[in-house]
Amino acid sequence: MLKTFKTGGVHPPENKISANAKIEQLPLPKTVFIPVAQHIGAPATPVVNKGDAVKVGQLIAKSSSFVSTNIHAPVSGKVKKVDVAPDSTGYTKQGIFIDVEGDEWMEEIDRSEILVKTTGLDGKAIIQKIQDAGIVGLGGATFPTHVKLVPPMGMTAKILLINGVECEPYLTSDHRLMLEKPDEILVGTQLLMKAMNVEKAAIGIENNKPDAIQLLTGKAKDYKGIEIVALKVKYPQGGEKQLIKAVTGREVPSGGLPIAVGAVVSNVGTAFAVYEAIAKNKPLFERVVTVTGKGVKRPSNFKVRIGTPTSELIEAAGGLPENTGKIISGGPMMGKALASVDVPVTKGTSGILLIEEKIANRPEYLDCIRCSRCVSVCPMGLEPYLLMTLGEKQIFDRAEQERVMDCIECGSCSYTCPSNRPLLDYIRFGKAKVGAIIRLRKK
Amino acid sequence: MSKLLTVSPSPHIHSADSTQKIMLRVVYAMIPALLWSAFVFGIDALRVTAIAVVASLAFEYLIQKYLLKVKPTVTDGSALVTGILLAFNVPANLPWWIIIVGAFAAIAFGKMPFGGLGNNIFNPALVGRVFLLISFPVQMTSWPVTNQSSVDAVTGATPLGIIKEALNNGVPVSEIVSKLPVPSDLFLGNMGGSLGEISALLLLLGGIYLLFTKVITWHIPVSVIGSAVLLAGIFWLVNPELYINPVYHLLSGGLMLGAIYMATDMVSSPMTPKGQIIFGTGIGVLTILIRLFGAYPEGISFAILIMNAMVPLLNRYIKPKRFGEVIKS
Repeated sequence: MLKTFKTGGVHPPENKISANAKIEQLPLPKTVFIPVAQHIGAPATPVVNKGDAVKVGQLIAKSSSFVSTNIHAPVSGKVKKVDVAPDSTGYTKQGIFIDVEGDEWMEEIDRSEILVKTTGLDGKAIIQKIQDAGIVGLGGATFPTHVKLVPPMGMTAKILLINGVECEPYLTSDHRLMLEKPDEILVGTQLLMKAMNVEKAAIGIENNKPDAIQLLTGKAKDYKGIEIVALKVKYPQGGEKQLIKAVTGREVPSGGLPIAVGAVVSNVGTAFAVYEAIAKNKPLFERVVTVTGKGVKRPSNFKVRIGTPTSELIEAAGGLPENTGKIISGGPMMGKALASVDVPVTKGTSGILLIEEKIANRPEYLDCIRCSRCVSVCPMGLEPYLLMTLGEKQIFDRAEQERVMDCIECGSCSYTCPSNRPLLDYIRFGKAKVGAIIRLRKK
Repeated sequence: MSKLLTVSPSPHIHSADSTQKIMLRVVYAMIPALLWSAFVFGIDALRVTAIAVVASLAFEYLIQKYLLKVKPTVTDGSALVTGILLAFNVPANLPWWIIIVGAFAAIAFGKMPFGGLGNNIFNPALVGRVFLLISFPVQMTSWPVTNQSSVDAVTGATPLGIIKEALNNGVPVSEIVSKLPVPSDLFLGNMGGSLGEISALLLLLGGIYLLFTKVITWHIPVSVIGSAVLLAGIFWLVNPELYINPVYHLLSGGLMLGAIYMATDMVSSPMTPKGQIIFGTGIGVLTILIRLFGAYPEGISFAILIMNAMVPLLNRYIKPKRFGEVIKS
């Protein structure tokens, strides 16, 4: 019996149509726009000005507090301007525009493909270097990695979980990375273990990627303390709490962090970025992005410099299909719909998904027939039908009692609802309001 | 780019399921039992079903269009299900105008006053059935003669009716049993009764289909049938001369129909598995209590309606197991 989480979950069609497309380097764009807020926490502060010449890997925006992160130039060229432009949220955000000239990298970056397995750095130095390299969670949450590695007072980490689940339909960037850079991921995992001072790590991979499971299981024998755990395919297993439950059997308490059960979770992409930062002196300025969709001519996985406009990725994958109705940054379950193809790739962009016009708009929704499917699929054991009503009627105290803040916004409820009800929309509304009330209460 | 893109919050995909598909699956599940009924009771069974369906759809449409002045939702399939279930719960020889009154009660009293599909507290078909049972007790309990030639076939009465009457007259159970169809006939549906309740086999078959297509879960049918058989079994063990073998409770009357098709009505049953088990157990227990000690030979309709009324309470207090619940010590 394969491991998985117990409560709820759905199994949408996997549609991993780009699974066999090797990672290709995307040609450099002419101009990049690098938002200074592409992570959770305080936006970084630009340290370059208009007209400055920058090299690939050069620091261009500095972390402004502990929960914040550095940003490095993904291209070489001239800073065109420091200005605002829309990012994936649709709002205009501050960022740095660079006109690309050539491809000149910082000298200290090791561009060879030689595998470096060891480091002279101790745990503390590793964390410092991760922080300097601007590494954030690449699974999509973009939480600064160095913050996670330092447990809060009185808590100790016992196990590192590496998330190779990729439970979102369509996305294959983590899958390809595991197939093409297995050793680098395993070394990165060991570096993270050293930084956290834990003896044990587990890489969780869903069973729809048997090639990755086999490859990594074979290789992991050479790396002490790392176990590969095959998981049953079920969404949202890539959710931090669901992954911990699936692998360790422990439940992160409501409102708590994974560290409360001794776990820290990082994505395979993050482990790879950690490897590059420590072993190759390479800060985080590029990542793998899947470009996919039913109508896409050439579903692909690209290695993309941060700041590249979405339009360049779509062109490289064969152009925008005629019937496109929606462009999503991320997967179909939790991704954000983009308002424009000018939006740049950021550290959290795992995929660009083009959705056909005929399913881009939601059908009209009907009354709840109380089928209780939303209750049975909720991975947090909540009652989405009730939380929606409470959000709709603005009964926020009751919503808090019914644990609206536990919702991880996986969308399983809305996905499943036979009456097409916008459950998650109203739950998000309730969460935002209840969150604000809680913050006020604490003051 | 000149094209306008849709921007909406996630999730961006939807399972192919819809309310209409769920309702149609319920209809498919009931077809074998309906065909069997047509075989046993003749064309009358189809006549009653057709009238009940057409009347239910018509009342829903008319009330929505002209009284409530909202967009009619007859295409969602729920009135179709109500119509068939109402027909399943009445004798196959019921006069046409009584069926229409029943359909009116189901839709106009059971469903629309609460706001239509999804908002009704009680199972509409059962509201219709009980309305008829109280208003037309003679017609509602005059069972047609089945066309089965078996010597043991019961004609003109239901097994539960025979049991009730005999026990009221002080006849011991051992003598009653000889007048009843054998259990295998009960299981196959070789007996008198309401139009759709007679064949336990075909009702179970439809139930398996509903389980398989995830329209229902096991919780309600198993707890209804399990608790009913258990309770009837206890009485039987205590005094087998006064209380009949639970096999008769299981296979005759509306227990199967009620447990699989009526109590599982999504709208009027609880939202959590734990709540559904309490709900189902309540129905099973009440059914047997009414059958054994009530004035009516059959009690499943009343049992379901009574437990329907408990559903808001069950939903309020029976919660699913929350992920990461901090248990207070």
